[in-house]
Amino acid sequence: MKKDTFNISSKKFNSRLIVGTGKYKNFLECSKAIKASGANIVTVAVRRVNISDKKKPVLMDYIDPKKITYLPNTAGCFSSDEALRTLRLAREIGGWRLVKLEVLGDKKSLLPDMIETLKSTEVLSKEGFKVMVYCNDDPLMAKRLENVGAVAIMPLAAPIGSGLGIQNSTNIKIIRKQTKLPLIIDAGIGEASDAAIAMELGCDGVLVNTAIAQAKKPLDMAIAMKYAVIAGRKSYLSGRIKKSLLGFASTTKKGII
Amino acid sequence: MKKVKKIKINLNGRPLFLPKGTSIYKVIKKNKLYLNKIAVELNKEIINKKKIKKILLKNKDRIEIVHFIGGG
Repeated sequence: MKKDTFNISSKKFNSRLIVGTGKYKNFLECSKAIKASGANIVTVAVRRVNISDKKKPVLMDYIDPKKITYLPNTAGCFSSDEALRTLRLAREIGGWRLVKLEVLGDKKSLLPDMIETLKSTEVLSKEGFKVMVYCNDDPLMAKRLENVGAVAIMPLAAPIGSGLGIQNSTNIKIIRKQTKLPLIIDAGIGEASDAAIAMELGCDGVLVNTAIAQAKKPLDMAIAMKYAVIAGRKSYLSGRIKKSLLGFASTTKKGII
Repeated sequence: MKKVKKIKINLNGRPLFLPKGTSIYKVIKKNKLYLNKIAVELNKEIINKKKIKKILLKNKDRIEIVHFIGGG
């Protein structure tokens, strides 16, 4: 049997769970959760260094970019210009080319601005970035992103941090059918079963931040997410039975007394 | 004794007074930052870190120094 591998832009990863590093109580909890989740990739944001407090701990002291793949993102960017500036800076920090693009369009819903996102994807791809793109669950837009060079399509399950789970499974299935690119559910996961459902829809991976970081027990939730992603993937590959309105007995009538 | 001329720059949104002829590299070292963990922008242009020692600051220069923080 062919081995089930997870590749993004020809790089192989063992875990299909990507985790965010925001919203944790502290860096120690964050690093422990990452370990528990088994993730190989973590998203990170780009911000000003703290000039006034030089002793404040920094992310890189807790999560070693040589051991875990950093995926710089554009969290908080509301225009293409801001996103491009952020990722060019991320590249300068240490040569990061594999990046996660997200350009938001609305401060309340945090839904993506797909016009700006499409524009940025094209520019970044031409500059040599490998762009994983946070996007709406819109198959047409997903196709356009693919056409301008995205290396992974990352539709939302629901708004960022909402914990609502997958809202439009039909669209996710359509996107799955139309693309061979890695399809990763990004945003809106609330609990482990949401991650399993995403995988059962045929997604290649899931990105989770808030659902782990803000759970009452982040480390346990990290473990739950790890196994949910594995379970969902196995379930998808195993070929589920057909659904039926009526029942079919599991036990033969032969030999009944 | 000749008084050293000062320049006023902006570092991460805050004003900073420095002696004329200070390099960006010196500002980074003074703030105990490691080059392999940061990126630097001078007047909205990204600085190639290899050339950073040679760049001297001028009055009204704006520097942004960024690094990675936790994010989703």
